[in-house]
Amino acid sequence: MSFLAIKDIHHTYFTKASATTALSEISLHVEEGEFISFLGPSGCGKTTLLSIIAGLIKPTQGTILLENKPITGLKNQIGYMLQQDYLFPWKTIEENILIGLKLSKQLNEQTKSAALDLLNQMGLKGIEKQLPKQLSGGMRQRAALVRTLATEPKLLMLDEPFSALDYQTKLKLEDLVSNTLDSFGKTAILVTHDIGEAIAMSDRVVLFSPSPGKIHKVFEMPEELRNISPFNARNHEAFSSIFQKIWKELDSLETGKN
Amino acid sequence: MKQGKTNVSLLHKNYLHSLTIKKRWVRFYQIVIFLLFFSSWEISSQKRWIDPLLFSSPSKIWDLFLEKLQDGSLMANLGVTLTETIFGFILGTLLGTVLAALLWWSPMLSKIVDPYLVILNAMPKVALGPILIVALGPGYPSIIAMGAIISVIITTIVVYTSFKEVDPNYLKVLQTFGATRLQCFKEAILPASFPTIISTLKVNVGLSWVGVIVGEFLVSSRGLGYFIIYGFQVFNFTLVFLSLLVIAVVATIMYQLVELLEKKLIKE
Repeated sequence: MSFLAIKDIHHTYFTKASATTALSEISLHVEEGEFISFLGPSGCGKTTLLSIIAGLIKPTQGTILLENKPITGLKNQIGYMLQQDYLFPWKTIEENILIGLKLSKQLNEQTKSAALDLLNQMGLKGIEKQLPKQLSGGMRQRAALVRTLATEPKLLMLDEPFSALDYQTKLKLEDLVSNTLDSFGKTAILVTHDIGEAIAMSDRVVLFSPSPGKIHKVFEMPEELRNISPFNARNHEAFSSIFQKIWKELDSLETGKN
Repeated sequence: MKQGKTNVSLLHKNYLHSLTIKKRWVRFYQIVIFLLFFSSWEISSQKRWIDPLLFSSPSKIWDLFLEKLQDGSLMANLGVTLTETIFGFILGTLLGTVLAALLWWSPMLSKIVDPYLVILNAMPKVALGPILIVALGPGYPSIIAMGAIISVIITTIVVYTSFKEVDPNYLKVLQTFGATRLQCFKEAILPASFPTIISTLKVNVGLSWVGVIVGEFLVSSRGLGYFIIYGFQVFNFTLVFLSLLVIAVVATIMYQLVELLEKKLIKE
């Protein structure tokens, strides 16, 4: 039995003017500890699918099973990281990273010190009492990661979490996130439109085709890339050939459309 | 290198100096306008260019001010009006915020009452005065209600709009942690709208003065509104002007205090 089972998901958005099918026939199995990337042109429903898996949107059809249990009603099993950090500007960093524990009433001395430890591990020592605006973009995104991990979710959703950062910060954070997830043995799904990022971070890359969003192809990343950090993977000789392969598929999707 | 550094600090000094000079000129003209206004008022009243019975004069107002200060009636009446205003605007702001929260809680309710809010907002609230007096009796409650009612609808509309404009991604963050709607309100919606609520407080200070003064026109035997209506009835316009000036000063102080509160409360 797989860890996460996505079974035949369809989703349609209704507006007054039209009914738009965002996702169609999505089925996918994810094993525990795996890192999956959803790659595809904008408007192919990647974020919608992520929201459905997180239980934030109810799909028109289909089911999501996490460890054989339907996703609805499961609380705090899934962590979600957004494009921007969305740290609450009126809360200190400490209040921000403890909010998940507070909401789910898991906040006690033990979980609190674990969260603060994690903050230290992320290289954010001594900023607990500061407000988010006093931090740089990279630091804020790291704090947001701590907030997400503090509730110890089984599954992590990363919705283009590096897209608002400058390139250098992005590369550093990719390594940090990848290391952290590896050491905790977390399962993660990353949404991105950056082919390089998808290859460098994932075990598998799922390529989506647009209107309606469908799984076009699934690429297994070569063993030698999986076992090294994202930064080293980008410099590995196997990187460019798989990059070319995915690039061509993406390109064919675009030309096929025209 | 050292030369360059002294140059920069010199330039900075000059810049600061020019700022102070500008500031002083602004102050200077403000004082000139103030003095010009009151002295021309005084002179034209004494020379009978304007009717002193109708327009009084600053010196007469000052004399009356001292007199009313001594017999204690000014402070007593100011105290009454001030209390009513403070209660009025706090009540108006709180009630408006609570109503806005209800509307946010139930989108269905907000759709239903939307046209009524527009009507209530457009309606001149002071016209409700007579009804309030009959319903609540001539006294504090009806005047405070007047001060509150004049600001409650506009507060509801403004605060509700700000509730709706809170970035939905903040809610998404909370929902991924399994937050209830109440928790979402407490952790994101309300604190994010705090600046708006404080700024409606500033607007409501002015509105509540209007409501309370009109309320006192209608019923009271006390307060600055009563002073104005009494001065009008016995043709003592010095008393009317005195009340007006006192209201202007006190309302300004109140506004400044709310502004101070705003600076203290909002850390960002």
